Amino acid sequence: MNQSSKKMLLTGNHAVAWGARLARPKFMACYPITPQTPILEKLTEFQMAGELDAEILTPESEHSAMAACISASMTGVRVFTATSCQGLLLMHEVLHYASGVRAPIVMCNVNRTVASPWAFWPDQTDSVSQRDTGWIQLYSESGQESLDTVIQAFKIAEQVVCPVLVNQDAFYISHALEPVDVPAQETVDRYLPPFQPEHVLDPERGESIGNVVSPEMFCQHRKDIGQAMQLAIAVAQECDSEWERLVGRGYGIIDPYCCDDAELVIVTMGSMCGTVRHTVDEMRSRGRAVGLLKVRLFRPLPVEALRDALAGIPDVLVLDRNFSPGTGGVLHQELKGALYGMADAPHMHGYLAGVGGVNVPPRKIEEFVDQVHRSKPAIHSVWSG
Amino acid sequence: MELLDIEDQHLFYSGHAACPGCVEALAMRHILNTLGPDTVAVVPPSCTAIICGAQPCNSLKIPVYQTTLESSAAAASGVRRALDAQGKHHTTVIVMAGDGGTYDIGFQALSSAVERNEDMIYFCFDNEGYMNTGAQKSSATPLYASTGSTPAGKPSKKKDLTEIMAAHEIPYAATATPAHLTDLVRKVKKAKSIPGARMITVLIPCLPGWGLPDDAGIAAARLAVDTGMFPLYEVEDGQRYTLNQTTRTRPVRDYLMMQKRYGHLTAEQFDEVQATVDRSWARLVERSAAAH
Repeated sequence: MNQSSKKMLLTGNHAVAWGARLARPKFMACYPITPQTPILEKLTEFQMAGELDAEILTPESEHSAMAACISASMTGVRVFTATSCQGLLLMHEVLHYASGVRAPIVMCNVNRTVASPWAFWPDQTDSVSQRDTGWIQLYSESGQESLDTVIQAFKIAEQVVCPVLVNQDAFYISHALEPVDVPAQETVDRYLPPFQPEHVLDPERGESIGNVVSPEMFCQHRKDIGQAMQLAIAVAQECDSEWERLVGRGYGIIDPYCCDDAELVIVTMGSMCGTVRHTVDEMRSRGRAVGLLKVRLFRPLPVEALRDALAGIPDVLVLDRNFSPGTGGVLHQELKGALYGMADAPHMHGYLAGVGGVNVPPRKIEEFVDQVHRSKPAIHSVWSG
Repeated sequence: MELLDIEDQHLFYSGHAACPGCVEALAMRHILNTLGPDTVAVVPPSCTAIICGAQPCNSLKIPVYQTTLESSAAAASGVRRALDAQGKHHTTVIVMAGDGGTYDIGFQALSSAVERNEDMIYFCFDNEGYMNTGAQKSSATPLYASTGSTPAGKPSKKKDLTEIMAAHEIPYAATATPAHLTDLVRKVKKAKSIPGARMITVLIPCLPGWGLPDDAGIAAARLAVDTGMFPLYEVEDGQRYTLNQTTRTRPVRDYLMMQKRYGHLTAEQFDEVQATVDRSWARLVERSAAAH
């Protein structure tokens, strides 16, 4: 079934561009920013070569890029864009507009430090700080996963009518080359039906979008978004399973690795999952009962799945490559909320690890595990590494 | 007197939410009747957005997308390109924004869209301030006008948007008012016949914001033109200037005196405003003469 896929040596960014191309978007608006720019450049190359039939807008800012993506989506076309750190933050206002008008846009965000001071390294504060904007958020561990996730994201977005943000870490994924299986166009076409939204800006129909509303209508809009978000948990799982049946690769909305008999489970997102996965293998080979729980779907937070996966685990170590001053690690905070009230809730340890792109090698992760075994869980996140 | 021969296509309904006597509604009705039903509008937060009405009602029959205050020209670009991607080149894409959303916060997106020469008509309903939030100063507020944020009078001149558009070499830029409806309709028709970016700035005397009686909108707009405060003119490709009303028949004082926002002006300040208007007028006459 998957015989006509091609193995290519791609960076994470180019894998994303391939994923977007295969989804056949008709419109893109994009603004350059390191380390996202190669996505934009690859897509314009595809378009120039006649391999991508899409309008590409290059406006003066990410704010305008997202504003154009929303209105384009409202006319009834499939829309893709990409950004990073400052660009995502500049979009903040318009991210709310996108979810508010239920524009099923797919955007890739390359996670990078938020200035000031100015820096370019992997850090997820940019995207986790957008958690209340009504965007579904997925985090990817590899270039292959990024490609697959972009394709899945369109299916999720269009089914629940919400925008989706696909996150990959700067450089570790965005610029690292790896062999990537690029599915055939026919495979993706079979998976992703043409985009046919219910409401569109069309003079024949005369529907308007975004007029002022009463408090009750506003509240109803938010309830509808909330319902769509709850639905997105099952839809994301189903879209992943369907993709797995088609191409043999699935990732789950969360991915427990060696967790069954684990005494300690490390929970994290993005590229650090790969390092932890390796560390778990190393430690397991020496008889240490550790596991990894990768959180791939961060919004909506799959609370039930997280509670099931961590029930009965004695200790949980959350590694946050992000920092929310005043609370600490955002995933740590979210997980504490998710597990609250469980009879057999694990002891929770939250480490701020890799903030600002600080390297977190396997040796460091082993040290963290030893540290956890020596210490009582702290309520607050702890700076480590 | 010219007779305006325009068929009402019922694209703008009565029962809209404009203030009583507001001439922006008059301008909108004539613009929409001229453009016809195959039109999509982008509207930012503005008096226009209020005039459109609250859900589930809508005073406009054409589809309207209400975007952020900064992003009208960008959102209209998105609509245009996405319609093009579907082969719907026949549909006209317009923006209807206020001066705050055009001269100030939306200026960056506007400049970029005009630089890209996006195929759209941008209407700026210029009431010379943030009137929807209770009359604060924008960069379209004229010299010495009193507003909620410049109670002692604005110390700087009005930004010259049409000149800035001309410097972009925009295919078509024009000024208009609801007191000159035949001129407005002609300009809308002309704009519709030209591909690329087009800009029409329509002066909208704001009755509460300027301190005018409910029936004075048309008189104020007419005086703005007769005094040279707001000259009616067109610029094609940033080169060919046409001054539509070539004579000034009244001193600016007559226009300023009818508005409460200028009630505090001294004799010297009236003279200073007159001098700035004289300078701008002379430049415009020169450019218009050079083009013809």
